[in-house]
This record gives sequence, C-alpha cells and structure tokens, in this order.
Amino acid sequence: MKLLCNFAVGERGRVTAVGGEGRVRRRLFDMGVTPGADVVLVKKAPLGDPLEVTLRGYQLTLRKSEAQCVETEAVK
Amino acid sequence: MRTFALAGNPNSGKTTLFNALTGSTAHVGNWPGVTVDKREGVYKGGREHVNIVDLPGIYSLSPYTPEEVIARNFILNEHPDGIINIVDATNLERNLYLTTQLLEMDVPVIIALNMMDAVGKAGDKIDAAALESRIGVPVVPISALKETGIKELMQRAVNMPSTRRGTTVLGGRLAQPIRQAEEFCRQQELSSPVFHALKLIEGDELELEGREAKAEAEKIRASFGDDLDAAVADERYKYISANFSTAKVKAAKPVQSKSDRADRVLTHKIWGIPIFIVILFFVFHLTFSENLFYLNGFTESQAWMPTMEDLGYGQTLGDSEIYSNFGIALAACFYDGAVFSPGVILTNLLNLVLNYITYGIGLGVEAAGAADWAASLVNDGIVGGITAVLGFLPQILTLFLFFSILEDTGYMARVAFILDRIFRRFGLSGRAFMPMIMGFGCSLPAMINTRTLADEKERTATIRVIPFFSCGAKLPILTAIAGGICGVFGFSNVDVITYSMYLLGIITAIVSVIVMRSTTMRGEVPPFIMELPAYHVPGFKNLMLHLWDKTKHFVKKAFTIIFASTVLIWFLQSFTWNWTFIGSDSMQTSILASIGQLIQPLFTPLGFGSQLNEYGWVFAVAAITGLIAKENVIATFSVLAAMFVAGFEGTEDGVAEAVVMIQNTGITWPALISFIMFNMTTIPCFAACATAKAELPKGKFGWTILFWLVTSYIVGAICYTVLSWWWTLFIWLAVAAAAVTLIVLKNRGVIKLPRIGKKRA
Repeated sequence: MKLLCNFAVGERGRVTAVGGEGRVRRRLFDMGVTPGADVVLVKKAPLGDPLEVTLRGYQLTLRKSEAQCVETEAVK
Repeated sequence: MRTFALAGNPNSGKTTLFNALTGSTAHVGNWPGVTVDKREGVYKGGREHVNIVDLPGIYSLSPYTPEEVIARNFILNEHPDGIINIVDATNLERNLYLTTQLLEMDVPVIIALNMMDAVGKAGDKIDAAALESRIGVPVVPISALKETGIKELMQRAVNMPSTRRGTTVLGGRLAQPIRQAEEFCRQQELSSPVFHALKLIEGDELELEGREAKAEAEKIRASFGDDLDAAVADERYKYISANFSTAKVKAAKPVQSKSDRADRVLTHKIWGIPIFIVILFFVFHLTFSENLFYLNGFTESQAWMPTMEDLGYGQTLGDSEIYSNFGIALAACFYDGAVFSPGVILTNLLNLVLNYITYGIGLGVEAAGAADWAASLVNDGIVGGITAVLGFLPQILTLFLFFSILEDTGYMARVAFILDRIFRRFGLSGRAFMPMIMGFGCSLPAMINTRTLADEKERTATIRVIPFFSCGAKLPILTAIAGGICGVFGFSNVDVITYSMYLLGIITAIVSVIVMRSTTMRGEVPPFIMELPAYHVPGFKNLMLHLWDKTKHFVKKAFTIIFASTVLIWFLQSFTWNWTFIGSDSMQTSILASIGQLIQPLFTPLGFGSQLNEYGWVFAVAAITGLIAKENVIATFSVLAAMFVAGFEGTEDGVAEAVVMIQNTGITWPALISFIMFNMTTIPCFAACATAKAELPKGKFGWTILFWLVTSYIVGAICYTVLSWWWTLFIWLAVAAAAVTLIVLKNRGVIKLPRIGKKRA
C-alpha cells in the first residue's frame, strides 16, 4: 500500500481505497478517483504542491493533503 | 415552446454548443440567489423553435457546489422537456459518469457527442451507433466548434418521446439497497424515484433533510455493511469502462499531443513561474502602456520620438492638447510622441468620439439658451458623468479579452496550479490570484472574474480586497501627490513613494484576507481537486459573445446606478444650501464643501482633519468626489487650487495642484501619505461598488462598504501616526498582538465573544 501523495514523478499505481470525508471524498469520487482506477503522477507544481496526475485519460490536479486520502497498490 | 436544458462537464464545449444553437437570441441572467450565470436562448434552426437553458458546467449531481445544486434543482423542479447532454468524446469515461446520473432522472435525454474531430486526429474512433444501443438514448456525433451535426441533434431531440422513466446502470451487489431505497421513494411519491433512491443511499445531504429519509438511509447503509457511497461511484465507473468504453477504439500508439508539449513548458519546474510573469506583463503592457514595447526607450532621457506638437501639428493649452485638424487628432490616437498599446488606442478613439459628442451637446445647450445651472447639469453632471465612466470601457474590455483568452485556452487552470501553494497560506486557493492581479488594471473585470472561485466565502473575501490592488485610475493620485511631496518637502525619489504605496496596498490586502478568513469569512480552505483541461485555441465567436455580454452589462450599470450617483455629487458641489447655483469654480461655498467641513474632524487621526487650517476640508471633499472616478481627486484639486491662486491653470500630471494644496493647507508629508493610502483602500469608485453589489452574496454589500471604510481609516491612521512619531509603531504592534491573541483564542474555543448582529448563513 502506498499513498498517492508519496509518489515520485512518473510513478504509476492503481487506486485501492479512498479515505477523507465529506466534500473532499465526494469530489475525488466524482472526478474518477475510485478503486480500480490507474493513476500516474505526471508532475508536481514548481513549489512542490499541488500534484498533477493522469487518470481515466485526462489530467487532474489535487493537493498533497488531498492525495493523502488516496491509497494505491503497485501495478505490474 | 418546449424547453431543453443543456447539461455537461466543464470544458466539454458546452458554451460553444450553446452559442451555436442560440446565436444572437441568447441573454444572460443570474440563477436565483446565487451569482452563477444563467444563459437562455432560442434555437430557430428547425421547424419548431426550442427554448434552450444552459445549465452550469458540472461533473456530477452532488450537493457540494452551487452549480451542481442549480442543475439538479432545475431538472427536478422545473421539468424541462428534455436534456441535451454534451459529452466530450476525447474524455468519454469521466463525461459519461454524469450521463449515468442524468439517466436516473425521469426526463428524456439525448447525448451530443462532441469533439469527434479531435478524437479522429488522435487516431481513435468512437462508434456512436454502438454507444446508442448500449445507453438506450439517442447519441448524435457533433462538432460544436465547426457547427456540424447540430441540425440532426436538434431534429432527434424534438422527436424524442415526451416522457422517459429514469433507469440506472447500477446493479449487482447494489441491486438490493437500490430496490429498497426506490420503494421508499415511491411511497413518498417523489418524481424521479430512481434518482432519489441513488442519492439516498449515497448519503446525499440534500436528500437526508427529512427525518424519515434519514432513518431509512441509515437502515439501508447499515445492512449493506460496506462503504455505500464508495461502492456507488466505483460501480458507475466500472460499468462505464466495461460497457461504454468498448465503443471507443484506441489508436495503436498514443501520440504525445501538442497540448502535452505546451504543458511541459508552461508548468515547468523552473520556467513555469517566470513564463507566467512575462505573460502577465504583456497583458498589462498591451492594455495600458503608452509606450508600446518600449520603442521610445525605457527612460525619459532615452525618448527620441517627436510629439505631434514637436512636428508642428498641435499645441498645448492648459492641460489639453489642441490638434490642427481631425486627421491629426485621429492619428494622435495611435501615436503622439510614442506608439500606444491597443488598449490605449481604443480608449483614445472612444474619447475622441465622446469629445465631439460632448462638444456638440454643449453647443446645443448654449444655442437653446438654457440657464447656467441647466447647462451645467447637462454638460458637467450628465454628459461629464457618463463619459467619465464610458471612458474606461475600452481598457476594461481589452483586459477582459486577454484574460478570457487565457481562461479559454486552459492556461488559467495552470496558473492556479502553479500558485496554489502560495495562496493557501492566506486561506485562499490558487484561483484567487487572477482576480486580484486584474485589480491592478481595473476592479470591475476583476470582481466579475471572481466567479471562477467556487467557495462563497473565498469569493467574498477576494472581492473585498480587490480595490486594494491599486487600479489604473488611482495612479494619478499617487503620481500627483508623490510629486507634490517631492516638490515641497525636498524628497528626491517619486518612484520610491509610488512603489511603496503599491506595496502597502498589497500588504493591506493580505492582512485583511488573513483576518477575514479567521473571523467573519472563516471556513476550511476549499478543496483543490480540479481538471486541467487540454490546451486549445479559443473560439473567436465565443470570445466576442462573451465580451458583448460584459459590454451590455457595464453600459446598463453606467446609465443607471453610476449615473445617478454622479448627478448627486454634481448637485452637491454645484449648489449652496439656499439652492443657488454656483458652478464648479466656487466650490468652496457648495453643499459639498460644508459637508467636507462637517466631517473634517473625523480625519484628525489621519492627519488631514482639525490640525489643518481653515481650508483643510479640501481633502475630505476630494475624497468624496473620488467616488465618481478616482481621477476626480486630482481634478477636484485643480478646481480648488483656483481658489488659492487666481487664474490657476490645471496641469496634466497634477503636481502643481498638489503643491498649491500643500502650501495653502499646512498639511504634513505623513498626512499626505495617509491621504494617498486612505483613497487607495477606501470605498472604490461607484462603478466598482455597483459591480461588487452584483457579485457579492445577498446582504454582504453593506458590510463590505463598512469594511472598506474601517480598513482605510485604520491604514491611514497607522501611516500618519507612525510616520509622524516613530514610537507609535509599538502601540500599533501591541494592538495588533492583542487582536491576534483574541482571534486565536476565540477560534480555539478558549474564550467566547458575544456575537454582534445575527448570524448569516
């Protein structure tokens, strides 16, 4: 298990669980961050935060604090 | 006439499709209670005219953003005859997520599959017919930008059966809880029971308002065991990728798109921020510069281009330039001693036209033999007021155009991405940066631009501090008074004073935001989970329609609220208490002057109150006239300077006026600094006030005016006292420390303060 906020640039993973609560959790679901989705960390903002990830064929940005709610597993 | 609602994700081409459908019939209003644009128009391309309502761009029908709630309530309560769901074909999975929710409502749905051309370019293919047979509602491929497929879309839309039962794609392990919730909703006789059932089991806040519903939801959620809302979102996406995405045939080898390449440069680790600063510089340079690309050198000593006067085509009379003929006057709009930027050229052209109109009206009034006061009402009050406000329009629109281009290309989202880290410290998101920086140009477009902020409290806080980012019209106050200070008190550097004033404005803004976000505008930092849309070239038609909307909006305001307040101020400064007209040349006996004298003592802590001699009221009066437009502060100085120096002629930069004022009132330099800061941070011009009123949530405008008054008063007082007696700095620091302690203790719940006024939602 690895949290999305700890990814290195270029790292790939598959979402296993989404934590957090209320607004943040709902928003993550609505934007397609659900168990089973493949994510790649594309880049970090110039100041190291927020992050840009690719999932379901589009680019999503989220803060490290929000990425902390996303648990992933390695994909072969 | 039947009504169709247009629904879809942001950046899916929804606005483009709406413009293509409705063209010039569109009009913009507000959704009730919120400042979210409501666009409506009529489609006249088919046999039957159809009313089209553009719903806000949304990703889901959750209850967390005003946009989502609006879309959801419109469909459920207003019962449109159908929904046109625009789906971005290049991003099928996420777009269909919303579609699966729309399908659960009891309303006919048709899908417009947009950007099929872009899909083809990437080498992919989508089988629209296959998608249609799987989803069970009509699917029509279109290109909103090229306006293809639209006729067919509308034809099939009007031919849809007039009712449709909501269905859900979800089943399997969710079938049992859904059936249970649906039964409950049917008993409650809700329309769209399937939709409500799903929302119920998701634990949706809006759905759980009734006590019975809450109990039912808890029962279902408890019996499911697992995390139900996660399961619903999960199953939706699983179903989409398993069933619908098979309609998409991926290209053998994905190519790196132009968008990805552009993004690599524009959000580069090192170059991202410098590139952004350069882009921002060009936006302002092209809008406001009177020396395009520094062709005329960087400093005045490098200037080499001759003015029209140098060439013998005109002469200076007082503070205005008289050109030999119309041709020269026209040419001078583009070039006069330096090449102008597009924004300045447009302003000059409009002012040229306005000057002729003003002149014509003036002649007409004279020919009609109107009384002095009537002539002044028409010339100075009505015409003067309207032209003063309309004169801003070209630069406002130019600035708006540039920012719209940046928004439409997708760059603005990246700016938020780059800057979010910095802004979070102040309790704002990266999105708040753009409106603030636009404030340096003009507060009006800046305040309207706050619509990109999702969180209401964040918006309110941002709108309130926008005037602290000193706008173009406040610069003359700065240069004139700073020039005056240098002239009288022997400082040598005007630039340093000007620069410090700007900086002080920014600091005031930051401090105010922090204070507001920890007191009245308290709330968690809104989440920053957003799409970074692919870069694309903005559509010309969209941009122009957008600008046209803003123009209409602004002109309407200029002719109503701004106009009324301008005439009021004109009246106050042109009449004495016994209703005698005195004209602007003897303002010292006017009603306004006596109001100035009345409130003068209030400004004592700011240095321009009772400590000045009998003429001290001129500063109070100048501050009031500045409400029409901030340039008026110096214009008022000109008028009043004539009272001290007989036959005083105004100068272009206003420095001479300032010098006369300083010498005749005995004001000190700290008080002048305080006067500048007061004008910079107090109530902005009427045009900005009108915009703030329209953009702020209900009931917040009065508090905002109060906020501006209090802030400017404190800032002015700090400037005056600290610059006059350095040790007062420690008193202010002690007060600030006490205030911070109080706020922190209150927010931690250690102490409780009585609430003033009733709590607002």
